[in-house]
Amino acid sequence: MNGEDLARIMEEENKIKKSQPHQIHVCVAAACLSAHSESLKEDFVKEIKRRGIEHQCKVKGVGCLGLCAQAPLVSVESEGVLYHNVTSQNVPQIVEGLGKKPVKELQASLEAPFFSRQHRVVLDNCGRIDPERIEDYISFGGYSALLKALNEMRAPEVIEQVTRSGLRGRGGAGYPTGLKWSTVSKAGGARKFVVCNADEGDPGAFMDRTILASDPHKVLEGMTIAAYAVGASEGYIYVRAEYPLAVKRLRTAVHQAERLSILGKNILGTQFNFSIEIRLGAGAFVCGEETALLASIEGKRGTPRPRPPYPAESGLWNMPTLINNVETYAHVPRIITEGGDWYAKLGTEKSKGTKMFALAGRVTNTGLIEVPMGMSLRDIIFGIGGIPEGHKFKAVQTGGPSGGCIPEQHLDTPVDYESLAKLGSIMGSGGMVVMDETSCMVDVAKYFMDFCKSESCGKCIPCRVGTAHMHDILTKITSGTASMNDLSILEELCDVVQNTSLCGLGQTAPNSILSTLRYFREEYLAHIQRRICPAGVCKMQEQST
Amino acid sequence: MMAPTQEKKQIAPPTDDKRWKIVQATMRRHGHAPNSLIETLHTVQETFGFLEKQSLEYVSLALRVPLSRVYGVATFYHFFTLKPPGEHMCVVCMGTACYIRGAQKVLQDIEQTAGTKAGETSPNGRVSLLTARCLGSCGLAPNAVFDGEVVGRLTPIEAHKRVEEWMKK
Repeated sequence: MNGEDLARIMEEENKIKKSQPHQIHVCVAAACLSAHSESLKEDFVKEIKRRGIEHQCKVKGVGCLGLCAQAPLVSVESEGVLYHNVTSQNVPQIVEGLGKKPVKELQASLEAPFFSRQHRVVLDNCGRIDPERIEDYISFGGYSALLKALNEMRAPEVIEQVTRSGLRGRGGAGYPTGLKWSTVSKAGGARKFVVCNADEGDPGAFMDRTILASDPHKVLEGMTIAAYAVGASEGYIYVRAEYPLAVKRLRTAVHQAERLSILGKNILGTQFNFSIEIRLGAGAFVCGEETALLASIEGKRGTPRPRPPYPAESGLWNMPTLINNVETYAHVPRIITEGGDWYAKLGTEKSKGTKMFALAGRVTNTGLIEVPMGMSLRDIIFGIGGIPEGHKFKAVQTGGPSGGCIPEQHLDTPVDYESLAKLGSIMGSGGMVVMDETSCMVDVAKYFMDFCKSESCGKCIPCRVGTAHMHDILTKITSGTASMNDLSILEELCDVVQNTSLCGLGQTAPNSILSTLRYFREEYLAHIQRRICPAGVCKMQEQST
Repeated sequence: MMAPTQEKKQIAPPTDDKRWKIVQATMRRHGHAPNSLIETLHTVQETFGFLEKQSLEYVSLALRVPLSRVYGVATFYHFFTLKPPGEHMCVVCMGTACYIRGAQKVLQDIEQTAGTKAGETSPNGRVSLLTARCLGSCGLAPNAVFDGEVVGRLTPIEAHKRVEEWMKK
């Protein structure tokens, strides 16, 4: 396989596509699948066969179309029409209308802010390609970035482009990607590794899994370019076992890439070798922390270790290791094709590019979105998301268990790494859970503390004991048995756990308490002093006098 | 992947159950390297449903990893279970989006219907009830998995109906 072969596959694919004027795309990502889109796809195939128009119509299972709230989704790509809440009864109607009149009542408006305000870089292929066919990815220009990097650029030039793009780690911490790559490339050692962190453990976040299930080759391409840039020949993808769909499609993708020698030895006819192995996580949130993740790849318990040394110098089996998350790698191919300067035009001064968010909770349009950095929270939640009628926005939780809750008065904050940190939350991997008046903020803090408590690996004491103690106090508050003294102990504990824990899990665990105390202190006081839960969620214990 | 070069002496599986062949295939694919412990345990659990004591002992010998470490890994990760599962499996998602949309109520109802607590199996061995951190189908919250089928926009009534059906049979 070389550049000519790539071009040939692309040409063949496009020829077939041209001969079939009607392209029906049925979403087969997680949410639509659970709304039975697989059988819907079968129905389309049957209906088209029944009418004997197979030569004109192509039915294709595609990755996430975005608007998960109205699953299952079907798009007729050739006509730019998107149908939502499709049932098998609608199939004949839709097929009938092909090329003539779209079915109005099922049509979703593509001019709605949910679609028009997005800017898709990572998600550009999502909903357009079949995630289980490498040829389809190639026909959309896939692996041309890798070809360009291998044939036209030297490794330092690749790093230079990534540095210029201003891309920062999309896993949450926002470390400059170019800088990380150049550290690993300069590190000595015979063997180096490239690792992809696909252990997306934040509840309420489904960006990485969606990329892996919708466009897995993009991640493989990004990783391979990274390996070329830093001089590694072995890679690992550490993916959650809880995401069977993502694992399955990823495995298929790796096999296909190996078959076409896009992975393995002499990639695309060059001297460059790189192989990728998939490692399954086993349900430990702490394995999202890089040193714990590396321990887990080595087959050990996923406990973190102190840094430095950073994995860039001493990672997997003490060799220099580059570790980025799924979304970060997925940005790379476009940066290489279009250039770092093109990418740097998107976003804000310090946070470049686009970011994916998983919108969930009390919003009308739950789903997966990608917007330029710097868009305000209000635009995302009210513009793209939309609050259901009769409900009042109360807070948005960003960054999962490590993040915090942001109230209405701060919604005009632009979404970037620094601004969110200033509000006591974090960018995190991109989960955004919207809450309304039916949520009690103390209860939410307790929910996250319960999470941190059971996910604490137990290695360092502040996190192991502190999270349990904080959870106990929150339980007391939500049952109406706490005193003001408990509240001050809670605040003190937050400080201790934040400052003395070994890894990110413990250091950020108090964020949910700190941010809710900062913005919703009166709710805590109502629970403690008046023994009432303003949202009516917590059940207060009878006073025993 | 790291180093194990020459083929080691084969350790015989604890029973003559044919399914051990699947486990052996996984270990062979990784050259019986100690770092393939988690991968191997995944295969054992997939094949046998849970990690029995004799499985752990066998894996320990075959990969030359101390039994204490095998046990440590098996108990550290939530995904592994040392207890046999019930006939049916219900996993309720307790992710943030599901929690905000009433997953707690769904879970309580199922607990009542099945007469068991989250993480345990009903007394008649019919239903295992588990919770998940996040299934990633947040758009359709609340979610649960009934024997591998992900069900979105779940109501307590629907959940009750499904579990009751299992309990009867």
